[in-house]
Amino acid sequence: MNGRRVWAIVSRQLYLYRGSPQRVLPMFAWVVIDILLWGFITRYLNQVSHAGFNFVPALLGAVLLWDFLTRVMQGVTMAFFEDVWSRNFLNFFATPLTTAEYLAGLVSTASATSLVGLLAMMVFARAAFGLSFLVYGVALAPFLVVLFATGVALGIAGAGLVLRLGPASEWLIWPIPTLVSPFAGVFYPVSVMPGWMQAIARALPPAYVFEGMRAVVAGHPAPLDRLAIGGALALVDLALAWLFFAAVHRYAVRSGLIARYSAESVS
Amino acid sequence: MSPAPVLKAVSLHKRFGEIAAVDDVSFEAAPGEIVGLVGPNGAGKTTTINMVLGVLAPSAGRIEIDGIDLSAHRSRALERTNFAAVYAPLPGNLTVEQNLKVFGRIYAVDRLAARVEEALEAFDLERYRTQRAGVLSSGEQTRLSLAKAMINRPRLLLLDEPTASIDPSTARDIRARIAAFARSGACGVIWTTHNMYEVEAVCDRVLFLSHGKIVLQGDPKTLTHEHGAESLDDLFVDVAHETLHDGVVA
Repeated sequence: MNGRRVWAIVSRQLYLYRGSPQRVLPMFAWVVIDILLWGFITRYLNQVSHAGFNFVPALLGAVLLWDFLTRVMQGVTMAFFEDVWSRNFLNFFATPLTTAEYLAGLVSTASATSLVGLLAMMVFARAAFGLSFLVYGVALAPFLVVLFATGVALGIAGAGLVLRLGPASEWLIWPIPTLVSPFAGVFYPVSVMPGWMQAIARALPPAYVFEGMRAVVAGHPAPLDRLAIGGALALVDLALAWLFFAAVHRYAVRSGLIARYSAESVS
Repeated sequence: MSPAPVLKAVSLHKRFGEIAAVDDVSFEAAPGEIVGLVGPNGAGKTTTINMVLGVLAPSAGRIEIDGIDLSAHRSRALERTNFAAVYAPLPGNLTVEQNLKVFGRIYAVDRLAARVEEALEAFDLERYRTQRAGVLSSGEQTRLSLAKAMINRPRLLLLDEPTASIDPSTARDIRARIAAFARSGACGVIWTTHNMYEVEAVCDRVLFLSHGKIVLQGDPKTLTHEHGAESLDDLFVDVAHETLHDGVVA
């Protein structure tokens, strides 16, 4: 892998962010809205419930961690969509750039944007509602790693889907986090789901993160063994997403899809 | 001994289902040589270029760029190429300078900042450096595409209708720049166009494609005489109408 070519993809995205406030603003705006919305909901729940349970780290924390995964995924897909919208595939793929370098560039960009978003949400959640991510202790690092890897896998798979089906299919990509969240047990334990949903949850890395988060909030030690399973599943998802994208790219080169990929092409 | 070709295409085939878009096409380009690829719409010119650019896999056949097998060593082979095509504008939301920097990095150009300045100067783009590519006129966008195409001093330059949609004065200027670049840098050029005047003006050799096959090739300055045509335009029309009988196919 050539680092300069990866940097070329990252720098292309940085140039876009530098010259475009409308790209920078959403990195913070949605975070603020989510924190305000869920922060007040959790504050209200703390007032009306007499269970002695602190909803802030359990509910607001879950929202923000899920937001992090969503942002990572969207960081990858948004960077990819920039090339869809500017019909840039021919320019990029008729160069020495490899698919691995291209994806590494997209993932690096997503890492940078999601890290900025994460820091912003940590600072604002702390200032507005007293939520400190430090409440999760040593488990915070594996939480973030598993969510990051899953977000990257979803982003790469989404990019592959759009490459295969055409630009109009981008509308299939945006709702993916919303579709996954009920099965991932973001807001409730996996045990409250029916059996068939639990079976799906067991295959989803984020489910292990949110189960772990609730355990830590309830005062139990971080279930590192369960998090290891989540991490392993996330790596499998990453590998599958990469294989899927590579297969779609091979198909696109064989069929001529890349050469004629445009706003109209849907095959 | 003649120099090794910068491009060697051997028995290229490309089928889309039942349709043979390219059917047993073989040709070479030598260093410093400008080879015209002409033919009616759908003849297989762009398909051939796309195969050489590695964005379309041949159904059969082999491509070597500067002696490097494209299918086996894609990145290494494509480091030695570059291209400009009228249907592949550079990202319009990047400035002229940013585009050149991004593509310069992709081609791992040494002393990139200095090379970008040279490219801006060579194509009279200095005053547009901070303008987004999307707001440039057609001629300015073409000059930017060509500046990008030469940023890595390629050994093989592929140009798909580089002067389409620009005025005659700019087109003449661009032809002169490309010809000078090819001769000075010993760069082979494959040039597709529908402009037969252009072919006569810049190409050392021309390949006529029809229905995916090379049906005629030779020196554009002598081909018309050899085939009893009044002009290259007439010859082109003959090829397009398939009036050439087998005997005259080179």
